Amino acid sequence: MTVSRKPPQVGIQIDGKAHAVDPSRNLLEVALELGYDLPYFCWHPALGSVGACRQCAVTQFKDENDTQGRVVMACMTPCADKTRFSLAHADAVSMREAVIEFLMTNHPHDCPVCEEGGACHLQDMTLMTGHAYRRFRHAKRTHVNQDLGPFVGHEMNRCIACYRCVRFYREYAGGDDLNVFGAHHHVYFGRASDGVLESPFSGNLVEVCPTGVFTDKTYGESYTRKWDLQQAPGVCHHCALGCNIMPGERYGRIKRVENRYHGALNGYFLCDRGRYGYQYTNADDRPRRARLNDAPVGAEAAAAQLGEWVAQGRATGRVLGIGSPRASLEANHALRTLVGDANFHRGITENESACDDLLLQILQRTPARIASVREAESADAVLVLGEDLLATGARLALALRQSVRNAAYEMADAANVPRWQDHSVRLLAQDARNPLFVLSARATGLDDIAKRTYHGRPADLARLAQEVVHLLDYTQPRAPGLDDDAIHLAHDIATALKSAQRPLIVAGTALESTALLQEAANLCIALDKAGVAPSIALLPRAANSMGTALLGGGDTDAALARVEAGEVDTLVVLESDLYRLAPGARVDAALARLQQLVVIDAVSTETTAKATLLLPAGSFAETDGTLVNHEGRAQRHFQVFVPSDTDIRESWRWLQQSAPAAGVDLGDTLDALIAQCAGANPALAGIVDAAPSARFRLAGSRIPRQSHRSSGRTAMHAHRDIHEPRPPQDADTPLAFSMEGARSGAPPAEIPIFWAPRWNSVQSINKFQHEINGPLRGGDPGVLLLAREATAAYYARPAWQAAGTLEVVWLYELFGSEELSARGAAIATRVPAPYVVVHPDGAHGLAQGSRVECSSDGLSWMAELRLDETMAPGAAGVPRGLPGVPAVRAGAALRVEAA
Amino acid sequence: MTARTSPPGKPLTDRIRPEHPPYGLADYERHGGFQGLRAALKMAPQDVTGLVKAAGLRGRGGAGFPTGVKWGLVPMGAEAPKQKYIVANGDEMEPGTFKDRLLLEGDPLQFIEGMLIGGYAIGASVGYIFLRAEYVLAAERLRAAMRECRVRHLLGRNVLGSGFDFELHLHTSAGRYICGEETALISSIEGKRAIPRAKPPFPATAGLFGKPTVVNNIETLCNVPHIVHYGADWFRGLSKCGDGGTKLYGASGKLRHPGAWELPMGTTVREILDEHAGGMRAGLKLRGFLPGGASTDFLTAEHLDLPMDFDSIAKAGSRMGTGTMIVLDDQTDVIGMVRNLQMFFARESCGWCTPCRDGLPWGEKILAGLQTGQGQPDDLDVLRQLTRWLGPGRTFCAHAPGAMEPLQSALKHFRVDFERAANRGVPITAAETGTPT
Repeated sequence: MTVSRKPPQVGIQIDGKAHAVDPSRNLLEVALELGYDLPYFCWHPALGSVGACRQCAVTQFKDENDTQGRVVMACMTPCADKTRFSLAHADAVSMREAVIEFLMTNHPHDCPVCEEGGACHLQDMTLMTGHAYRRFRHAKRTHVNQDLGPFVGHEMNRCIACYRCVRFYREYAGGDDLNVFGAHHHVYFGRASDGVLESPFSGNLVEVCPTGVFTDKTYGESYTRKWDLQQAPGVCHHCALGCNIMPGERYGRIKRVENRYHGALNGYFLCDRGRYGYQYTNADDRPRRARLNDAPVGAEAAAAQLGEWVAQGRATGRVLGIGSPRASLEANHALRTLVGDANFHRGITENESACDDLLLQILQRTPARIASVREAESADAVLVLGEDLLATGARLALALRQSVRNAAYEMADAANVPRWQDHSVRLLAQDARNPLFVLSARATGLDDIAKRTYHGRPADLARLAQEVVHLLDYTQPRAPGLDDDAIHLAHDIATALKSAQRPLIVAGTALESTALLQEAANLCIALDKAGVAPSIALLPRAANSMGTALLGGGDTDAALARVEAGEVDTLVVLESDLYRLAPGARVDAALARLQQLVVIDAVSTETTAKATLLLPAGSFAETDGTLVNHEGRAQRHFQVFVPSDTDIRESWRWLQQSAPAAGVDLGDTLDALIAQCAGANPALAGIVDAAPSARFRLAGSRIPRQSHRSSGRTAMHAHRDIHEPRPPQDADTPLAFSMEGARSGAPPAEIPIFWAPRWNSVQSINKFQHEINGPLRGGDPGVLLLAREATAAYYARPAWQAAGTLEVVWLYELFGSEELSARGAAIATRVPAPYVVVHPDGAHGLAQGSRVECSSDGLSWMAELRLDETMAPGAAGVPRGLPGVPAVRAGAALRVEAA
Repeated sequence: MTARTSPPGKPLTDRIRPEHPPYGLADYERHGGFQGLRAALKMAPQDVTGLVKAAGLRGRGGAGFPTGVKWGLVPMGAEAPKQKYIVANGDEMEPGTFKDRLLLEGDPLQFIEGMLIGGYAIGASVGYIFLRAEYVLAAERLRAAMRECRVRHLLGRNVLGSGFDFELHLHTSAGRYICGEETALISSIEGKRAIPRAKPPFPATAGLFGKPTVVNNIETLCNVPHIVHYGADWFRGLSKCGDGGTKLYGASGKLRHPGAWELPMGTTVREILDEHAGGMRAGLKLRGFLPGGASTDFLTAEHLDLPMDFDSIAKAGSRMGTGTMIVLDDQTDVIGMVRNLQMFFARESCGWCTPCRDGLPWGEKILAGLQTGQGQPDDLDVLRQLTRWLGPGRTFCAHAPGAMEPLQSALKHFRVDFERAANRGVPITAAETGTPT
């Protein structure tokens, strides 16, 4: 929910104690913020109140002399001045106990075999009410469960009918294939029939559900109790938003990823790519041993060999490094330092690098405010320029879905309905939304809430945006060649943006169009000149695209050109698959000219298969590192576990360990590397403060990655050795691979477990906030890096070219376009086979669904033809990064022929 | 067209001829029909509301809220939202209640006229009739009447040349008791699940499709044309008590002549049961009765001389509700009767709030156990606790509190029956059922 205006505080009494509180909040929120343990189910901090479960019963007194009071639901009760409440009053206590007793008439007592057991909100609330002995002796109702696909398990007998699942899935996230069926105590929460849950946010059901109806299927298939997991604060690597995640490990495998609350980013929710993308870290085909010339080599010898080659290369000038936007700043910096600035290239194409550099420049110069995901929720008019957000930055799409509700909140304010009273606000506002415009290559998943949509080639979208700029600032030229409909639309957009209080422009690099990015920048300048304060969110492609842009360096096309020219003996490739960046024949030919190819990666790729020296790198689960998200927020993620019996180590550590042999100083700790990176790159100076350093201690102790001491964990290796092994030591961070240490009051960036006494489930987050929905106590993690210097200079437009032959326009899949997540078993089942999308008018007699051969720039591949009325005419939509789709160029001519 | 000269004593049923189809438009107008509407259209809308207020008309759906006051809550004037709605609640699923059916089947035009006047009074240009699923004949007759009205410009644009537009839609329910709750009814018309809504906002300010809405019972609206035609004083004069008008009273159970009758508001229970329903069947004695449908507290023989009006019945600890009584005789098992009611209410819970959804089935299962000899001594403790935990304020709407009314009063008035069933653990024989306390 968006932040509401803050009225002056009022005084209320809870069990005789006086409190000054915000009257715009409900009593449940206020009580939780004040530290009271008041049980609840249907209320959710992001979903608001509906008063369904009747669990948060308290007694409210009429006046000073009233001793009887009446039972009210805290979540539905505003905090009016001078009201007296009691949580301890006998009527309220017995009501809360009764509600649990009612729920238990149908809830099976299967906690020992339930995945939720030990981390269950229903268990916690049951204990909190004191209910223990069940008098219900009759038959329970039973339900049939459904197969909901690879992500979410379903066990309806456990359901307590809090309605959170459908409220999240349908109302909050816009899904329509999960619903509530039936009535009375037979209400059923599921799909009309078995089938894969279609929402990109379905995994949140696991956390939204207060008990074990919806569970993480990938976790259930290789299950471990919550208290047996080892966890570390993580940052999602699967897009540029940088959502915070909480991965958990046992037996050397990541078992699951949970949401890690971040007040400015993901809040309470992740997308399914972020939640389930972890499975690649457990893949059998990951490189685990260092290999030289396809034979095993000791790790130390391998590092020394790399150092030796680098030393030779530095002497001859014949060494090149290709970094990666999916690798940490530390690893990229280390490679760059090893090979030298002039020999460092980013693992992105020329096109993408031009877009990333422009994106960074825009953010540094724009007069607009850079919107965090959370701030995007409060926008009151939004223009999405080119991005299919549900595939390229899904969590931001979810935020925009909330932003259109600001009109509803304003109606609620006018009708004196509190904003938190979710059901009433929705019924009052019905379909009232503030304007969202989506300009894209074809229909997107946000179109259902969009006021208007427009589909075109990137150049067409930029042209429409240019017209909007013109309408906002007549000094700017009109766009050429627009038809009347497009001009009307431009008027609508200009009017909506100009009359908004908090307009937001969203764009990105997905279509690899600098023209689009420039118009996003121009729009902000025009709005600023028109006296409207705009916000902007620009999405690059990868988790650390922004970090590598700040670091600088050439691109892969330039690197390959130098290799092709015979200028390179040693090429060091860091966490990049060259075959995703350039046509295979070109890469093959280039690699053949090298003396040696060194590849450091966490996954097996076509490139690792060609490596002379292969160094197995840690995935996010096995490394610490720093990433910079789309808004320029540097965030540190932490190693979850130390893999045993492998050579796997952090990419930066391989480089650090090879540095002495190369005659380069990279320090010997993470902190030293971070300090060096910050020192060498003024734009990155802030990364030192992204999280406390390894020297930090909490009350003199480290912060344990494991929960409180329990025998289960110490018995883990007892079948091999009954002695408890010494835990691995962590020289890089203040976290410990241990059960021992200090927990309470950990800095927000370094909280590995959200837990509080009596709060064992994810709902415990309220104990880590001052204010429900607010930042974590101590401030949300991360450091905003971008130095800003606003200019009012518009970008000039390239000459516009009318549509010619069919041109390649990138399309994106939430599951498939991102390299790492698509390798996991669950997500792999959701990755479509290669396809190509054209407008039916451009089908030339080819049938929907037919097999076609696509060819572009000498590359050819087979695909399924999809005809789509919404596809931009003149464009062929090619799903980027899908297995079987080669590295063609955006904008290149494409032929589609019957196979 | 001849307007009738003397006002009828039983205005609601005056034109209803049992076993005959209702009057068509011409006959209806010949018998005084649409005089009220014609008069109303010449008045200011607020004056129509004032007249209904002055007549003392209280809602006939069960709660008895003054109709004129309800209409007065709707925003009027230039500032008010342009779109407003009037909705007729014809869900009538209260067990033992069949008065609205009689009115709709017998005189649909009277109801449509009331709807038109109500719409005019609050400035609503659209009306919805929410009709119980099983009322197939009523639906058929309403449709026919609406067709005739459209042809004669009594519905649609510019009603009778007055400038007042009024569209009327018939919405037949899919059949849930909870749809009788006005906010659940509104959600149902919107195509949403029939779940009651939190108040505020009240329907008068934000109801159907988020717009100001008045929901009135069928019988309530049927009174309106007569009030406008014959005046508030006449309407008050029809009654034997402070509340205006006549009332359709009903009675069911083992009576000689169960049925429904239009009588002055405030007629005594005894008169209704003895004079109109013909008293108990031979050999049976009255043991208790639910005065206003299944969701009201039992009263007993000592209450027979009470006038059936909202305040008198409330004073005795029950509710007049819909004014349709269910009579319990001395040969019928009271536990079986209460169980039957609880089964109904449990099944009709919408499933939204916990105490209602999960508490009602528990109560029903306990009663089933008591009835079949599976009772246990602490069953009665649970039942008594349920009547508190499912009481007003504890649940989201009035459904479960209504269900608790017959249960809590049965536990009080017929305690011996329950205690015997709970303590002995064998089924009650037919011969034992209903032995007077």
